[in-house]
Amino acid sequence: MIKVLKASFYSSVQDKGREGAAALGVPVSGAMDAYSSNLANRILNNSETDAVLEIAYGFCAFEFLTETTICISGAHFSPKIKGVPVALQTRIRVYKNEVLTFGQNVFGARCYLAVKNGFLTTAILNSRSFFQGITQQTFLGKGDVLPIGTFTNTIASSNTSVKIRNDHFESQRIACDKGPEFDALSASQKEILARQVFTISNDNSRMGYRLNEGIENTLPSILTSAVFPGTVQLTPSGKVIILMRDCQVTGGYPRVLQLTNTAINQLAQKKTNDTFQFVLKS
Amino acid sequence: MNKVLSYKPFGEQAILIEWPQYISDQILEDLLRFKEGIQKEKSHFIADYIIGYHSLTLKYKTPILNYTAEVETLKSIYKKDATSKKKPRFLWEIPVCYDLKFGIDLEEMALKSKLSIDEIRSRHAAKTYTVFFLGFLPGFLYLGGLHSDLFFDRKPTPRLKVPRGAVAIGGKQTGVYPCSSPGGWNLLGKTPIQFFDSTKKQPCFAKAGDQIKFKPISLAKFYQLEKEVAENKYTISKTLVHD
Repeated sequence: MIKVLKASFYSSVQDKGREGAAALGVPVSGAMDAYSSNLANRILNNSETDAVLEIAYGFCAFEFLTETTICISGAHFSPKIKGVPVALQTRIRVYKNEVLTFGQNVFGARCYLAVKNGFLTTAILNSRSFFQGITQQTFLGKGDVLPIGTFTNTIASSNTSVKIRNDHFESQRIACDKGPEFDALSASQKEILARQVFTISNDNSRMGYRLNEGIENTLPSILTSAVFPGTVQLTPSGKVIILMRDCQVTGGYPRVLQLTNTAINQLAQKKTNDTFQFVLKS
Repeated sequence: MNKVLSYKPFGEQAILIEWPQYISDQILEDLLRFKEGIQKEKSHFIADYIIGYHSLTLKYKTPILNYTAEVETLKSIYKKDATSKKKPRFLWEIPVCYDLKFGIDLEEMALKSKLSIDEIRSRHAAKTYTVFFLGFLPGFLYLGGLHSDLFFDRKPTPRLKVPRGAVAIGGKQTGVYPCSSPGGWNLLGKTPIQFFDSTKKQPCFAKAGDQIKFKPISLAKFYQLEKEVAENKYTISKTLVHD
């Protein structure tokens, strides 16, 4: 078990999300940066469906009530155990009553804490991913005690760590395919989409990122149809919204682009005022 | 009905299939027939089937490697006659209290239209609505069939909190809020029925292709049923629909 001594905003338990529940109107959810969360699980030899903690905004603390092995991946929030800095992407043996803290952000937006055999909060509709109205909790709170998998064979700390390529965090090129309504755009709208440097507004969350720059829009709304994480919508007022993991399953705005899986993970590590360009795959 | 459908890739892992752009029960029937055909042959490869008014989107479990070949397979499934038995469809009777206590926009709606409050209530309860699909919120049913006299624009400023069970009209659509949520629709009543419960094996009783009819109840009856629902003693009345 792990006790939350201090919670940061918008931290949650996440796994690969809910497959097969879209017909009920239930969002997919799941780790925003699936690449980093998968990597943390893989370093621990976990199953890829094991749940991890997604930590946004740092400044939080956890106490291990049982010993285990952990791996931290994704954004750098200056993790320390007993006050001593620890590396990312490596196996770390932790003992009972040790405290893991996260502080100042060095890079990235979301960090993943994986534990051997995963977090075992209640699975609902085949997933432990927190989502309002589905799971009992929406975000982690101070004092929460989270059950984790038990393990018998001791895994020692590792002296080596895996390095994530910098462009996962720094690349300003967000790869995408044409969305279903892309061809309805005018030539000049397409050109703006391709050339404009877009800025992430402060209205960004697990549901979606609104961008500061708009595109003059004349496209009518569409009859409600499917949307996915990574769908780029153009609203009637010309605002650009990129849907993220907790987005609705259907929407009525034209879907002009669809981010690649890799691009969604990269965008998940960007924050307010970060800039990027859309790069259409040929 | 064998229409000419359009197929589009939707990112790396999904295919969007579109019918002509309008809302009709015939399109829904054709779409559900096709979906069942695909489910029978390809369920191992597809994670989610997302229905829209005139679209069916297939979300695959892994990226699609050969899009053209996949579309050919789907086209051949569409051509097959679905002679197999269809899934049973139900007509669900949903008790709704149209009292002004819950129908807080009824007076304003009556002012904006030529109808009296009672006419709005009776017209809303008279129709049988078709469930086209679920979306927006877990357990939110997109219903077709609202009487054109009852089209009311969404409120200019959405309410921060619309209660669970609120029965509302937004534009040309009517629906029930399955959980409390911000919302801009006009509220005309409330149902004690729970439209979504994630702890149940079947979290929502209704599915695409089912039908909904609203049955007016008094305030006293509402509180009685609300208690029964909370105690798990209420069963929603349903009728098997043959077509």
